[in-house]
Amino acid sequence: MSILATGVTKNFGAYTALDDVSIEIPGGSLTALLGPSGSGKSTLLRVIAGLETPDVGRVEIDGTDVTGVRPQDRGVGFVFQHYAAFKHMTVRGNVGFGLSVRRRPRAKIRERVDELLALVQLEGLGDRYPSQLSGGQRQRMALARALAVEPSVLLLDEPFGALDARVRAELRRWLRRLHEQVHVTTVLVTHDQEEAMEVADRIAVMDHARLQQVGTPKELYEEPTNPFVMGFVGAVNRLGESFVRPHDLELRQVPNGVTHAARVERVTHLGFEVRVELEQESGGALMAQLTRNEAEELGISEGDTVHVAPRRERVFAGGDGI
Amino acid sequence: MGLGIAVSYLSLLVLIPLAAVAWRSLDGGAGAFWDAITSEQAVAAMRLTLLVSLGAVIVNAIMGTLIAWVLVRDDFRGKIFMDILIDLPFALPTIVAGLTLLALYGPNGPVGVNIAFTRIGITAALIFVTLPFVVRAVQPVLMELDREMEEAAASLGAGRFTTFRRIVLPALVPAIVSGVGLSFSKALGEFGAVVLIAGNLPYRTEVASVFIYGQIESDGVQAAAAVSVVLLTASFLVLLGLSVFERRMTRHAE
Repeated sequence: MSILATGVTKNFGAYTALDDVSIEIPGGSLTALLGPSGSGKSTLLRVIAGLETPDVGRVEIDGTDVTGVRPQDRGVGFVFQHYAAFKHMTVRGNVGFGLSVRRRPRAKIRERVDELLALVQLEGLGDRYPSQLSGGQRQRMALARALAVEPSVLLLDEPFGALDARVRAELRRWLRRLHEQVHVTTVLVTHDQEEAMEVADRIAVMDHARLQQVGTPKELYEEPTNPFVMGFVGAVNRLGESFVRPHDLELRQVPNGVTHAARVERVTHLGFEVRVELEQESGGALMAQLTRNEAEELGISEGDTVHVAPRRERVFAGGDGI
Repeated sequence: MGLGIAVSYLSLLVLIPLAAVAWRSLDGGAGAFWDAITSEQAVAAMRLTLLVSLGAVIVNAIMGTLIAWVLVRDDFRGKIFMDILIDLPFALPTIVAGLTLLALYGPNGPVGVNIAFTRIGITAALIFVTLPFVVRAVQPVLMELDREMEEAAASLGAGRFTTFRRIVLPALVPAIVSGVGLSFSKALGEFGAVVLIAGNLPYRTEVASVFIYGQIESDGVQAAAAVSVVLLTASFLVLLGLSVFERRMTRHAE
């Protein structure tokens, strides 16, 4: 089911967390809200869930205005960064909580909980307490708990933020597969652009309480509409007035009129990729990514002077502010 | 070394005096001990003590939790003042508390409520002096409580009352129980706050501690010691039971 937020503003005292944000999230999609901390992405998620009330603006879920509806009546599933596990209940009790609040018959709850435990691969752990689970298991339990009530939308607030890198990568792939099975409209808050690109089919980039750009991962990477988005979704160099990705920098031994001269500060071999750090003669550091073959052909070493030109570049109107 | 000091200190301060009381209670042999604690007046006093103590801790459990909730969750002017006020009954000499209650709710009190020389009066005095226990036990637990658990419950469809009953209260129960246990032990032995307002009518408004005092005054030291031992044992059992219960309750909390 689709989500529509229109002109949402939220202040906490003198601090503005959301400034006139409007966004449409299509039904069945997996959308990432991406931004640095303090950009307002979590607040937007909490406004959608009803955990915060916007000062101005409205929220619709599946075409119904839910702005004044309490969280318990919205039918959303919410997953927190630190799990928010009910510590005094077993895994079963946690997952079945929403159903028992709805006074479903015991046998029905049991059946549904078993189904969900299988879905999140926690079969056999139903009688444990959250303190007896690993972080990754706890978060999968929290997901099952949110899914138990068949929410119209699933909202995930930095769900993998408290987990170590290996578990995080595993859970990302798992979430992607889960979304393909369950197909519930999902919004994922993250500050990690790689996570957003890997998991989401749409990304909304936020900064300074405002929505900066919405698009597919590819669109954001290839066609960013401002320097912030360009810099946030990938590495970027400033070359004169233009912005260039490190792999779009061409390095030459001889100048050709459009090149900028730069000195090689450092060459780092990372297997297939070779990373070259440069200092422009006109001032300003650059980073170039070459393949191993390109680097060998070029034959550069630290201290050399090379000539740099962009293969692809972007210029933004009034563009300043990476 | 540390353990040695702690054990010696506790022995000197607590264990040896308690043992002496127990020893004293057996002055006339087991028969005299039994007679002392089964005398009609002693039984009446102990029964009353149990009853008013229970009444006081039930009120404390509810009101103490409520006050702790307000102190942690609500923002209002005078919050610090209220926070300090909680401990005052503790700082006040209990006899002064008794005097105040008698003056206020006694026969010539300004509010026109006379609960002097009644069980309600005794209970009120006990509530007064044991007020801080539950508040101070619950307050830190409530402060540490993960607010996101409540938000999660709300997003799962639980209303405020359901969330309180099924999520918040279970987390607070060990603290409430521990506060109740301390209140109860204190109430069992309270003397100062009670002696003035109770009127101390044997069989009717005489609590165990006042009975003990009366026995000592009239040279019944052995009977006094015997009833003391019963009170001590009751307190010990309550504290032991609570400790076991707390361990069970907090087993799964990290």
